[in-house]
Amino acid sequence: MTQNLRVKSSEFIDETNRISFKFDGKTYYGFKGDTLASALIANNVHLVGRSFKYHRPRGIMTSGSEEPNAIVQVNPNSNITEPNARATEIEIYEGLEASSQNCWPSVNFDIGGINNFLAPLFPAGFYYKTFMWPKSFWEKYEFFIRHSAGLGKSPNTRDPDIYDHRNIHCDVLVVGAGISGILAAKNSAKNNFKTLLLDEKNELGGSTIFEANEYNKINHNLASEWLKKEINELKNIKNLEIKTRTSVAAYHQYNYLLARENLTDHLDKKNKKNKIRQRLLKIRAKKVILATGALERPLIFNNNDRPGIMLSSAVKKYSNFYGVACGTKNIFFTNNDSAYESALSLHNKGIKVEAIIDIRENSDAKIIKKINDAGIKIYWAYSIVDTRGYKRISSVSIMKLSNDGTSVTGSKISISCDCLGIAGGWTPAVHLYTQSGSKLTFNEERKIFIPKTDTKEQISVGSCGGDFELDEIITNLNYKLKNFLNINKTDFEDITLENDHETSKRNIWLLPSDQTIGKTKPFVDYQNDATAKDIKLALREGFRSIEHVKRYTTTGMGTDQGKLGNMHALGIIADTAGVKMGELGTTTFRPPYTPLTFGTIVGRNVGEFFDVFRRTPMNDWHIKNKAKFENVGQWKRSWYYPKEGETMHQAVQRESKAARKSAGILDASTLGKIDIQGSDASEFLNRVYTNAWSKLAIGRCRYGLMLNEDGMVYDDGVTTRLGENHYIMTTTTGGAANVLGKLEDYLQTEWPELDVYLTSVTDHFATASLCGPNSKKILNKIIPDLDLSDDKFPHMSFKEVLIDKIKCRIMRISFTGELSYEINAPASYGEAIWQKCIEAGKEFNITPYGTETMHLLRAEKGFIIVGQDTDGTMTPIDLQMDWIVSKKKYDFIGKRSLYRSDTMKENRKQLVGLLTEDPNIVLEEGAQIVSELNQKPVEMLGHVTSSYFSPNLNKSIALAVVKDGKNMMGRKLFVPMENKNISVTVANTVFYDERNERLNA
Amino acid sequence: MFLINCPYCGERDQQEFKAGGEAHIERPKQPTELSDDEWAEYLFMRKNIKGVQFERWNHAHGCRKWFNMARDTSNDEIKAIYKMGEKPPTQ
Repeated sequence: MTQNLRVKSSEFIDETNRISFKFDGKTYYGFKGDTLASALIANNVHLVGRSFKYHRPRGIMTSGSEEPNAIVQVNPNSNITEPNARATEIEIYEGLEASSQNCWPSVNFDIGGINNFLAPLFPAGFYYKTFMWPKSFWEKYEFFIRHSAGLGKSPNTRDPDIYDHRNIHCDVLVVGAGISGILAAKNSAKNNFKTLLLDEKNELGGSTIFEANEYNKINHNLASEWLKKEINELKNIKNLEIKTRTSVAAYHQYNYLLARENLTDHLDKKNKKNKIRQRLLKIRAKKVILATGALERPLIFNNNDRPGIMLSSAVKKYSNFYGVACGTKNIFFTNNDSAYESALSLHNKGIKVEAIIDIRENSDAKIIKKINDAGIKIYWAYSIVDTRGYKRISSVSIMKLSNDGTSVTGSKISISCDCLGIAGGWTPAVHLYTQSGSKLTFNEERKIFIPKTDTKEQISVGSCGGDFELDEIITNLNYKLKNFLNINKTDFEDITLENDHETSKRNIWLLPSDQTIGKTKPFVDYQNDATAKDIKLALREGFRSIEHVKRYTTTGMGTDQGKLGNMHALGIIADTAGVKMGELGTTTFRPPYTPLTFGTIVGRNVGEFFDVFRRTPMNDWHIKNKAKFENVGQWKRSWYYPKEGETMHQAVQRESKAARKSAGILDASTLGKIDIQGSDASEFLNRVYTNAWSKLAIGRCRYGLMLNEDGMVYDDGVTTRLGENHYIMTTTTGGAANVLGKLEDYLQTEWPELDVYLTSVTDHFATASLCGPNSKKILNKIIPDLDLSDDKFPHMSFKEVLIDKIKCRIMRISFTGELSYEINAPASYGEAIWQKCIEAGKEFNITPYGTETMHLLRAEKGFIIVGQDTDGTMTPIDLQMDWIVSKKKYDFIGKRSLYRSDTMKENRKQLVGLLTEDPNIVLEEGAQIVSELNQKPVEMLGHVTSSYFSPNLNKSIALAVVKDGKNMMGRKLFVPMENKNISVTVANTVFYDERNERLNA
Repeated sequence: MFLINCPYCGERDQQEFKAGGEAHIERPKQPTELSDDEWAEYLFMRKNIKGVQFERWNHAHGCRKWFNMARDTSNDEIKAIYKMGEKPPTQ
């Protein structure tokens, strides 16, 4: 296809570098430097998508990141396709494929287009209103709604691209590289501030760089020419880092900003390969200069959304920057002078401008004379009342505006065209400013929200600060910059400036039509198909808050977040409700400014790097021996060790039997270990545990229960007294960090007078737990010199020993009810000690077991697991562990709460054992418990917390919390399941070896 | 993301810290002497102010020290940082 709309070569486009790309399956050509949008327009393609709700044909409206319509699917036929990309931001490369969204079967013939004719049936809140009744039908409705909703399609496989994060610290961050940003960055760096300049585009210079207005001159040159020289000088400045294609997504407190740097999206496939696609910059800046510019506003009139209707500034950029004419018969519709600059640019390039329609009575700007000289007809005080053309605008109808601007009069004039540039004034891009938490103020005369205050850490300069004209911009920038950076002089304060001034203003948020509003379609939010009519309806229905109107009408809720139309929505609400815009306020601007792909957000934290894993020193042995692992906190723990062909159940039953019959070994290295030292260590333990510690002899161990101040069980574990002022505390695997944090908290804030020091030593020791009647024999083989008699090394005691010259701590403690020894070796010898135990245990068929068997064995003994049998609502009394709560101690954490009327209630949920009537049925953990089967509604008495089939008892056992369970011993209850009711009997929590005889077996 | 000036380590990013709730609530010295209501007041009742709030922070991924902060909850401005045991600033 011919490039029939490429009008004049442009310095920003490399016409020697022809690039082919596909759009909707058809091949087109463009040049290096084109965006997908400029290349499509050059190929005379304006229809690029269908609107969200009505499926109306839509074209390219803008030339930047604010684009609401031209959002496309990139790589549509690949399973790593990317939806909702803005054609105005995609730089074309060889092999680029893109397609329209939200249309079927094609953008030219879209069946959904019928919605447009049914539009009266789709008012604001349509879905809320229609699908409410009958309620039970919702699931059916949902199926159809979900299938017709959504814009692009999401990729269905893992993103193969590489993403990265980088932290940046700088003195001064400048956001936006238009004329203000460039001058600010240059002067900041020249004054020895480490400066970072960011811009979302690939070229520096903002809109000034393609400016051709002869009335705007700096040092008697065109502003664009002068700026090019300034940009050229940036290369030689130290302290200045410039990043293009970098869009600031978020501006958080304390000058913390997130920006997406796009590194390879503009490259062809070959050059993309193995490179980082995008990088998330995490920037902490001492000072931030916002120079984000302004966005042009559309005008809101009937049928203002047809392909070929574009922002006037975009029409200018396509002609001046890309060398592309957006149409052959152009019309401009405006309320300010900037459309005249666009018109003149086109005219000077030989592109025909049919007319300019201006809602103002007149303008005394100098540029008007040039327009008159060019023979372009100006219709003063006229408004467009309708447009025609389905897939491309073909004509406009205009009528004279009444003096008050609320109606149109006289006869209708029709003018044909193929492109309509609309200019509704400018909106400062204050998104980042407000994200930072700063407040806006409304300028009633100029109809703009502008930053209320500059601070020592942040200023807004240029048009995002409300300065639109060249002399204003430069003068204010000079003044602000000197104050902000505390410098005496800038390098641009002596330049001479000439520019045109706009004096005549007229703003009408919703332009009148000769038809009643009910019959018109004045779009406010193009992407979400919200019209002025919808906003008025919302107000009639009683919505008042701007945030509610936004959500009800979906205005500003598309992927563009209403960058174009939000101001008009506010204006129409203010006008209709009769309030001032300043009082109405704005909706909240939320990050990100433009959408971010998830890949950028997660960076390198994918796959095995998603979270940190902790592995024990014996991990390699577990892998070699085919262990299945389970995640406990960040730890990878051996879950069970299946033998050839064994199911999990079979493996666990085998391991459990072996541990009680002969010997088992468990890797307990993950238990939290806290080293406690200091002259007040005993007193400290007295205060943090429920039981008494002062009398614990050196070399002895004790089990302790730790509560929260509210009396609920927080953690448990065995603590050993190593010396007069030295203890080692063990905690649950998952609770280790929190327990240390809690203990530190009390030490530092409540009891600073105590002489106690806490050190986390979890990673310093590896722990092999030997258990079973033969464990003593195995340990004896390993350390023949050690007297293992019950007298010399009794249950709940500790010995420090040497195994192969390695200093180890052995605790004779048990979590299984069997005779058991925990060998703690320095972590780096963990695997060696483990191997030694396995070797020594061979003749006793020592069986390695995992967490599942450990849980089963302890359940047989009725030992609790904090976090499984407790849930932050259980006191020790609820757990029937009254024996561990000291009555003598004056105080400990949580003591007072045990005497609150609520915690003392008799009928709280209490821990009990449950036995099923049929011993082969294993209850489901979490299953509810009731006492009646035929009652409706039935009271839930509690739930099952632990449940196993015990191979040693040959029956199913369970622990449960049951309301008033203490008084229900022997009672028959029911566990109702989906297809059966299971009869259970309340029993003692200890199922096995009630008299603890096996501990000394 | 705040920038927090740990009184022991200096300025660090917020992600190194953990917030610890309202400051200057002393654990009663003689809990057993308190009525249920008085104990509940200590245990459960916390302020939620729009404006300057005094709160506890912990440099959890740093020196592990606890300290106090006066923070304006309406704009997250940190007005003061002071050590445990020190009196809150009057202004």
